[in-house]
Amino acid sequence: MAEQTARADIRREDGGKPDAAVVRDALGVGVAVGLSGFAFGVTSAGSGLTPVQTCALSLLVFTGASQFALVGALAAGGNPFTAAAGAFFLGVRNAFYGLRLSQLLALRRAVRPFAAQWVIDETTAVALAQPSRRSVRIGFTVTGLTLYVLWNLTTLLGAVGAQAVGNTDAWGLDAAGPAVFLALLAPMLKTTTERAVAGAAVVLGLGLLPVLPAGVPVLVAALAAPAVLYAEGRRKDHGKGTAGDDVQNGDRNDAQNDAPREDR
Amino acid sequence: MNIWIAIGVTAVGCYAAKLIGLLVPAGVLERPLVQRLAALLPVALLAALTAQQTFADGRGLVLDARAAGLAAAAVALLLRAPFLLVVAAAVVVTAGVRAMTG
Repeated sequence: MAEQTARADIRREDGGKPDAAVVRDALGVGVAVGLSGFAFGVTSAGSGLTPVQTCALSLLVFTGASQFALVGALAAGGNPFTAAAGAFFLGVRNAFYGLRLSQLLALRRAVRPFAAQWVIDETTAVALAQPSRRSVRIGFTVTGLTLYVLWNLTTLLGAVGAQAVGNTDAWGLDAAGPAVFLALLAPMLKTTTERAVAGAAVVLGLGLLPVLPAGVPVLVAALAAPAVLYAEGRRKDHGKGTAGDDVQNGDRNDAQNDAPREDR
Repeated sequence: MNIWIAIGVTAVGCYAAKLIGLLVPAGVLERPLVQRLAALLPVALLAALTAQQTFADGRGLVLDARAAGLAAAAVALLLRAPFLLVVAAAVVVTAGVRAMTG
């Protein structure tokens, strides 16, 4: 109740949110998530990548889930293209963040290629929460800059540190990767649809492991998403009378609410 | 060399995905079905990756210390622990189980 009142107050001051408050929000997200580059550096080194390769990933790919997926697939012996395909599919969601952000940021075309590298879960989450164009831009820029700098610094520290440690498995560091994935996945499991997709993907991913080349089972498991959507669509077609429009509107709202999501 | 190829392909692909969202006119990807699929794809991939990296040993399946670590991470998530603490719980418990079981 108190929370609702507070939110209403913020709404009323739309456009008047002080820059310092935006910067504070952005720094909070940027610092907290930026530090977890350490976990990536360690995991990547444990997967057999050199510090230079590990740092190249954080500098050039800069989207956490894809980076973890790639080094995991390479460690499992996947060929470079299947490994990259899994990482790419995880990165596709950023295109949808970009769609929303491009309307809010209203950047000049010449600036877009530079802003693009920062279009990720965290910058989207912070930017979408802002009331005005000015604060959207500040939120996006401060979150992006903080995260980019910290994520790359902590990646370097993790990669070099892991080499010094030696056998990362003995320290349990091979559990960091799956724990990161679980932490990313948990907030997405909001409805039975998401849970059904996750369950089917687990079955496919584990069941196909012995029979398909490394890296391929994950790609097949991705088909759980369209399969469940298709099954859901058929079931709705069966059961509906006049509810069609409602369902469509509901879906659209869901998709919008899904956009900002915690990553890394 | 293979690793550099994988890094290069991933970097180009992921950058292209980010850029295309900023460049295409609004409305092209705004259809509800496309958005639903885009939201569900990471769910499938992350679930499969979590399971594989916890239970896979080469091309076989095993139940080892990693499973205990992941269970600890799940508990931490249920307790709404911050991200780094979730990862730390998995690492510490995995290392602990390994140390105890040799």
